[in-house]
Amino acid sequence: MKEFKVLMVDDEEDFVRTLDERIQMRNLDTSVALSGEEAMKKLEEDPPDVLLVDLKMPGMDGMEVLRRAREAYPGVQVVMLTGHGSEADEVEARRLGVFEYLRKPVALDQLMRTLKAAYKKKLEETMVAASFAEEGDFDSAREIMKGHDKNK
Amino acid sequence: MRPLKDILSHLLDIPDDRTTPERYRIVRRNIATLMLIITVVPLSLMTVINYFEYQTALRNEILAPMRALVNKAKYSFELFLAGRLSTVNFIASAYTYEELADDKNLNRIFRVLKKEFEGFVDLGLIDSRGTQVSYAGPYDLHGKNYAGQGWFEQVKVNGVYISDVFKGYRRFPHVAIAVQHITDDGKEWIVRATINTAKFDDLITSMNLDPESDAFLINRQGVFQTKSKFYGEVLDQSPLELPKSFEPAVIEKKDTLGRDIFLVYSYFNRSDFIFVLIKPRSEVMKAWYTLRADLLIVFLIGLVAIIVVVLRLTDIMMKRMKESDDKRLLAMREMEHSHKLSSIGRLAAGVAHEVNNPLAIINEKAGLIKDLIEFASSFPDKEKFLSLVGAIIQSVERCRTITHRLLGFARRMDVEIQILDINDVIRETLGFLEKEALYKGVTINLDLDENLPRVPSDRGQLQQVFLNLLNNALAAMEKGGAISISSFTKDDKMLGVIVEDTGQGMSEETLKHIFEPFFTTKKAGQGTGLGLSITYGIIKRLGGDVEVQSRLGEGTRFTVYIPKESPEQAGT
Repeated sequence: MKEFKVLMVDDEEDFVRTLDERIQMRNLDTSVALSGEEAMKKLEEDPPDVLLVDLKMPGMDGMEVLRRAREAYPGVQVVMLTGHGSEADEVEARRLGVFEYLRKPVALDQLMRTLKAAYKKKLEETMVAASFAEEGDFDSAREIMKGHDKNK
Repeated sequence: MRPLKDILSHLLDIPDDRTTPERYRIVRRNIATLMLIITVVPLSLMTVINYFEYQTALRNEILAPMRALVNKAKYSFELFLAGRLSTVNFIASAYTYEELADDKNLNRIFRVLKKEFEGFVDLGLIDSRGTQVSYAGPYDLHGKNYAGQGWFEQVKVNGVYISDVFKGYRRFPHVAIAVQHITDDGKEWIVRATINTAKFDDLITSMNLDPESDAFLINRQGVFQTKSKFYGEVLDQSPLELPKSFEPAVIEKKDTLGRDIFLVYSYFNRSDFIFVLIKPRSEVMKAWYTLRADLLIVFLIGLVAIIVVVLRLTDIMMKRMKESDDKRLLAMREMEHSHKLSSIGRLAAGVAHEVNNPLAIINEKAGLIKDLIEFASSFPDKEKFLSLVGAIIQSVERCRTITHRLLGFARRMDVEIQILDINDVIRETLGFLEKEALYKGVTINLDLDENLPRVPSDRGQLQQVFLNLLNNALAAMEKGGAISISSFTKDDKMLGVIVEDTGQGMSEETLKHIFEPFFTTKKAGQGTGLGLSITYGIIKRLGGDVEVQSRLGEGTRFTVYIPKESPEQAGT
């Protein structure tokens, strides 16, 4: 049984495939999207626990993916991994609710730690949602768990 | 007009293409010349015009009284002669021939005459044939016949005669006056009197002439009728030629003594006499010479003043011009420098961005190789391959450090503004380095302005700035030496911090590139050359500025300026 599920979005196929392979070796369930549009489709079909997204991509860029993902699937934690971002980009990403903003190249250990931390946060949010549900506040619970309900 | 315009435009044309010192010299020369021309030319013109105007006016003013004096003197002479003439005329008319022919009567009349009028020497009656009928006086002239003599013929024609001066009785100069009387019945006689000319001398003396001047009577033949002070005795021939013009006039000439003189003369109306007044030019024109000297002095003083002022003014102007030029040049150079730095920074950031992606691929590929080797149960030369891959990953890590530092990612992202005491920040930063300074034997001198205002800035970034500068200062000193840190208020906008060391210093060439990324004087591999570039970036981001001064072998001084107001562009 894989620990949790990660969707990786990057237009640099060479990079993302290699990374995918390595993360799979570390017992995570992974899938890959090569563009923002493809990522949105995969989010719809099979929402992951954590979304790892590159910033600069042709077409829909990472920032847009982040914005939409946070809006439509608030339960999914987003980690941004980019070689291009400026400080202003980071400020903007944090404003949009990115879990962490990492810069390429990144050591795999650090990436794994970040992904796990993101997953942990997601679990915590699920628990918060559950506690809301226990108290009968299903609206809030549903709001928090929007991304998960479909999965289950 | 055209050449004037050419000269003007030539003078006003300031060459731009020359080397700087020559350019200033030319500008200075042209401006000074122009100013001198427009001031000195009118002044000189005024002086010359005044010179001639004054000369003419003063000459007229001086000569007019001389003319008046001559005329007055002439009238006195004429009045004197006319008085004597009318007296003789009266005697000839008032007495009958018989009364006058009687010596006793004539002597009585002569005695009264001498009593009433000074100067009469003798008196005589001459009949129409020219025979002396009676005589009262020092000579015995009875019976003498004058028929055929010039004066007798003249008195027969004109009725009156006044002779030139002659030496007569007792060798005194005399003048003879003769009057013809004709009665109603046609009888005619002549009364002749002689008067001495002592009175002439009295009249001349009464003119009160200065010692250098001279006045005298001469006749139309140029024979002195009175004594001249400089030119001869009575009856001598005058050495001075007079024009044969009856108009009274002034002539300027050289006299026989070699003096320049003014000669004023006037012809008598009823006798052959000419009155002459001579004044030396130097005496007459004394007032003019004084005025001329004054004029010259005023002109020279004015000229000197103008030249001094113009030269001083031009100097000041040139100095100002040079100063502002230098300032402009400096500002341009600084702007160029910061432009260069910012474009280098942009270039470096661009490169760093582009390098990051391939680096990431290398990193992952190498990582995957490492994973595969590690996960494989048996792999030939496993250790060797692992160390090779490890080296790749380490190198990637090194590259990452460089690109991330270049992009400024090593620091905290946001500029975090808080109100800071800069002195505290300096002290805190020093704490990190105290051990190293101690170890190297470097003295640290603190001269912090305790009245430094607190300013809004970023503590972490400022610490990095000071840390960089202090690290450099420490690195610049082999063993011993001193680092001085001082803080001060620069003006109402900025405060400053100086970090100064007594280390090896830098060359001009090094100074030029000091803030450029990757510029380093350390050996390859020992420094990235990013420290000061990052420092520069941070200070600029905080709205401040940094200056560096250095001399090889003497040390280096960095001055950091921090704005008192919160930097508006912070974080962008």
